[in-house]
Amino acid sequence: MLTAKTVKIWYAVHKWTSLVCTVFLLLLCLTGLPLIFMHELSHLLGGDVEAGSVAPGTPQRSLDELVNSAREKYPDEYARFLVWDDDEPGLVFVTFVPSRYDMSDEFKSIAVDVHTGDVTQFPELNKFLDIMFHLHVDLFAGLYGTLFLGFMGLLFVASLVSGAVLYGPFMRKLDFGVVRKERITRLKWLDLHNLLGIVTLTWAFVVGGTGVINTLAEIVLAAWQNGQLAEMVEPYKNSPPAVDFSSIDAAVETAHKAAPGMTPSFMAFPGPSFSSDHHYTVFMRGETPLTSRLLRPVLVDAETSEFTDSRTLPWWVTALLVSQPLHFGDYGGMPMKIIWAVLDVITIVVLGSGLYLWLSHRKRPIEERISELEKNEALTNGGLGQEQAHR
Amino acid sequence: MKPSPAAKNSVFMHVFGKPILLALISMAGLVTALVGDGVWDVVSWITLGFIVAVTLWYVWFAKPESRKRRT
Repeated sequence: MLTAKTVKIWYAVHKWTSLVCTVFLLLLCLTGLPLIFMHELSHLLGGDVEAGSVAPGTPQRSLDELVNSAREKYPDEYARFLVWDDDEPGLVFVTFVPSRYDMSDEFKSIAVDVHTGDVTQFPELNKFLDIMFHLHVDLFAGLYGTLFLGFMGLLFVASLVSGAVLYGPFMRKLDFGVVRKERITRLKWLDLHNLLGIVTLTWAFVVGGTGVINTLAEIVLAAWQNGQLAEMVEPYKNSPPAVDFSSIDAAVETAHKAAPGMTPSFMAFPGPSFSSDHHYTVFMRGETPLTSRLLRPVLVDAETSEFTDSRTLPWWVTALLVSQPLHFGDYGGMPMKIIWAVLDVITIVVLGSGLYLWLSHRKRPIEERISELEKNEALTNGGLGQEQAHR
Repeated sequence: MKPSPAAKNSVFMHVFGKPILLALISMAGLVTALVGDGVWDVVSWITLGFIVAVTLWYVWFAKPESRKRRT
């Protein structure tokens, strides 16, 4: 096993990575808890639009009609995206931005009933959820806040790895899962920290790691647009921007032909965001929880609705798309969300107990603690105590 | 008085055996729900639910006396 010296190094890694990230991780765990149930909470708090009920068999309106009814309601703004939602088959969503070339974060989301064409603007996200969201995602500091939290997540992952390594020397004389409740409080919390930490390790590693990947979303998507997307629209470099838009239904039909068996997830209208000045970009998806995240962009000429190009996304965009459900825990229904919440709370206990262990013990060197651990176990043969004695 | 390689290995498995098993179960639970809906989700609930159950069981019900000296 490990020598006393390596234990000391791993201990230092565990202590410092944890110390730096713990406060932020506590914040992320606390704010993440309501965000697991964002969809349900937002529904409860009246932040959702529902499709009106219609007689069965009522035909759906065409996409052109639906988008036009939305455009009529917001004539001075520009329809940027058309979005489908599996959970709301009776609605499509149109995202409006102030103008075609506007790249600010300002937008409004409009729901259009696919049967009646009724247009409803989404209420603003509930204030509480909005605050939780920002505290979790960017600390109200935009991309820098996001990247900072990503760095904290990286430290968290390092503290998980070092914690798993330290689990060895701390547990070698104990049976799995032992919590010495009857002894000193600190021992009880040390045991709980080790137990809860090791049991939830894989989950914490996956959620932490995918959280870090998610912080790179903006950069990854910008890189994709400047790379693969730019290559695909290269032939249109010198053409004038499309003005007279062709049929959206025909464009979606073209996308279906280019990606058989897939369903549209969202489409971007001509402009600088996820598209070009000459294209509709229809992002097609698969049907399973995994393949529904694996998008395939199909570029369709926005004046003729003819096919331009379609490619498989580069692996680093796919990695981002796959890491999203693994972080959110939204791919296995309500039971999975509840499990996510319980594991989140357990992680809070691991973080809190780690902090407590450090506070209650920080004045004493690690050597003393390890030898005390040995004494506690009253062991005389082999192991760390022996190595310690030889030094 | 160095422990033999076999003893070393048994110490490693004593400490990390169950954690490795739990890690494999967790991974299975995290992946299955990605593959499909319905029965895949149920497998995921059972495996991840097992992880939660194990945790709670050890925290509240496991006997502290089970601690024993290894020979």
